Formats: sequence, C-alpha cells, structure tokens
Amino acid sequence: MAQQEIEVILVRQLASYLAMPMVIVDPAGTLLFYNEPAEELLGMRFEETGELTQDEWVDDLGLTDEQGMPVAPEARPLVIALNERRPAHKTMWGQSRDGVRRHVEVTAFPLIGQAGRALGAVAIFWEVKQA
Amino acid sequence: MKVTLWGTRGSLATPGTATARYGGNTSCASVHGPDGTILVLDAGTGIRPLGMTLPRSLRRVDICLTHLHLDHIQGLGFFAPLYNPAVEVHIWGPASTTMSLQDRLMRYLSPPLFPVRLRELPCKLSLHETPCADFTIGEFHIASALICHPGPTVGYRITTADATLAYVTDHEPALGVPEFPMSGAWTSGYELAAEADLLIHDAQYSSEEYARYVGWGHSSLQHAITFAALAKVQHVVLFHHDPGHTDQDIDRLTSEAIAATQPTFAVTAGAEGCVFELGSR
Repeated sequence: MAQQEIEVILVRQLASYLAMPMVIVDPAGTLLFYNEPAEELLGMRFEETGELTQDEWVDDLGLTDEQGMPVAPEARPLVIALNERRPAHKTMWGQSRDGVRRHVEVTAFPLIGQAGRALGAVAIFWEVKQA
Repeated sequence: MKVTLWGTRGSLATPGTATARYGGNTSCASVHGPDGTILVLDAGTGIRPLGMTLPRSLRRVDICLTHLHLDHIQGLGFFAPLYNPAVEVHIWGPASTTMSLQDRLMRYLSPPLFPVRLRELPCKLSLHETPCADFTIGEFHIASALICHPGPTVGYRITTADATLAYVTDHEPALGVPEFPMSGAWTSGYELAAEADLLIHDAQYSSEEYARYVGWGHSSLQHAITFAALAKVQHVVLFHHDPGHTDQDIDRLTSEAIAATQPTFAVTAGAEGCVFELGSR
C-alpha cells in the first residue's frame, strides 16, 4: 500500500474539518479526497466512490462558462494549478451527479512540497448566489 | 545490525533518581552495521556518552537528524568525533523551505548559544539535506520521509540484507484523524514503518495528556502501539518519554497501554542502554 505524502495527508485532515467544499487531486488529476461540503456539490459521497480518476469525475460535470460554452481543460483552475503551478480562479456552471446544475466560483492552488515536489492541487468552491 | 539506545527522553534532559532506570538523556540511538558502519540517530544529550565509547580508530560516522528541535541536537557540540581531525562526520537532516541545513544548524552552533562555530570544528564535516530522499551509507539503505510534527521533520527506515529498523520519533500520526488509525495510505509514517523488525516510536503522553496536547507533534503510548499494529511491525520501542514521567509512571503507562491495545507483537519501553540485535549478522 503506497502512502500519501505527509503534506497531502495534512491537507485532507484540514479539509475534513472545513465547512467549505474542498477537493484534493494528485499530479495526474485523480480525485484523492473531497470533503462533506463538496459531497453536496458533487452529488456523490466519498465513502461510496473512493478515489476517482480525472475521467471519472471531471467529464460528468459538463463544465460551461458564463456564456454556456464548454470550458476547455486548459482553462480549468485545477488544470492550471497542476500544469502551471500557480493559483487560478474561474466562475463556471457544472452539473453534479444528482442532476442539479450549479453556478460556482472555483479557486485552485498547487500543492508544492519541500524540495519543490509537485504533490497535486486543491480546489475550493463557492456557490454563486443570485442577487 | 545492532541498535543501542543512548537517550530516550523527550523535550528536556531529565536526570535524577526518579528517571534513572529509563534514563534522562534526550533522543539518541546508534546503529552498528554488520560490516562496521556506524549511524547515529539524533544528537540529543545521549550522543555525548555514545561518543565516548567509539573506537579511536573510527574514521567515519554519520549522524541522521530527524529535525532540529533542541532536544534532538543539544548534544551535538559534545560529540567527541567532531573534534578529531582524522574523522569524517556526515550530518544528515532536513532543510526548511527557506533555510539550508547548514544555516539552521549554525543558529545553534554559534555564539552566544555555543562557543564553537560549525566551521571551526576540526573534523572533516559534511552536511546533507535529507527530506524525501533515499540514500546509502555503507551497508545501510536508508529511506527518509517527512512525518507529522511541527516544522520540517523526517523519519528514517534503515535496511540491511536481513533486517529493517524504523526510527519515527517526534511523530503525531493521529493528528486530526477522527478515528485512529485510518488506512496506511492516509497515515503519516506508514511506509517508513511497514513490516519493520523494530520500530522506535514517539510515546510521550498518556491518553489523558494527549487530549491536552493535540497538535504538539507527539503520540500517546496507545497511539504508538496502534500505529505499530497498523504497520505490522515485529517489535515497537516506546520512545521520547515525557520529562514529567518517572520510571514508575512509564512502567504503569506501558502496562495500561498494552492492556488497552492487546498487541500481538513485542512492546518495550525504551531505556538507556537497551540493545537490540536485528537480523542474523
């Protein structure tokens, strides 16, 4: 059994205590963990799904921008955080597995460990409230 | 390999009659390899008596520091080989995200905290930064990895052809875990300790004390045994005793922790002078 890096373990512990939706991905985009608030947003439970590959969790979201156009992978905050090692933010629409389409702001940042190790990325979400 | 404990106390050296049996020196262990390689694990006050036992013919010694908290480096300046020009001393330890190992060590080994500067030491000194790296020293293959403790801290897994020692002290794998333990994949230090013949692990607190010191980077005795069970080790040594624990306290807490966890492997409360022979050579 391969062990996660300590920084990733600690981020998961933090996420499990936070009230805002948070997901953690590894350098390949595999969804390693999402917390309970994120379960509501994604419409699935971590205890039931466990880890999900990028194909398994991103493709179903049907991400579109404010104009209803599909969001290219390279424009997604998590992809930018992973590939370019910088934080990124975007407002998008996405559909959770329970069929609800939500308007969300997403901020992602890379996890860079000691000695510059690329460990993955974290994204946090806010649902956009209509005025 | 032959493993000897020279200092088993955590946080602060604690001499006195009440701690004479388990010892009052802070963290230090030595590992002698079958082909003569000598490793020193941490440089707490226990390193001074270790240094006095090393042979005059010694030409190289390697010190693996887990981190730079004072109880793990306080004895460094009193390690006799540092003052012998004929000896190569290699110090391995973690850098921080902003400072090299050398800069971090110099904070202690320089006035006013210590009269001798690092650069003034007569030995042939080499410094190596360890986090997240595997390396070889003599017949030892060594893996190091960051573990859960405030500040950059590593544990070590030391392997020969027929024996494995895991040295994972100053470690709080239960931090933030709703129900300890989780799976090995999500447990700090798991890979270092997995199926080791001997695990030397932090066991600073009683369970009641741990509840008051969550986040300080240490384990309860029960957590240490539970972690050892998760990692399927053969033998765990409870280490880094709290300075407030007398010999009688350690006896009682160890018995209580064993009764509560029912381990199927050997559990030993670490005492200065304890020797463990691992493997067939």
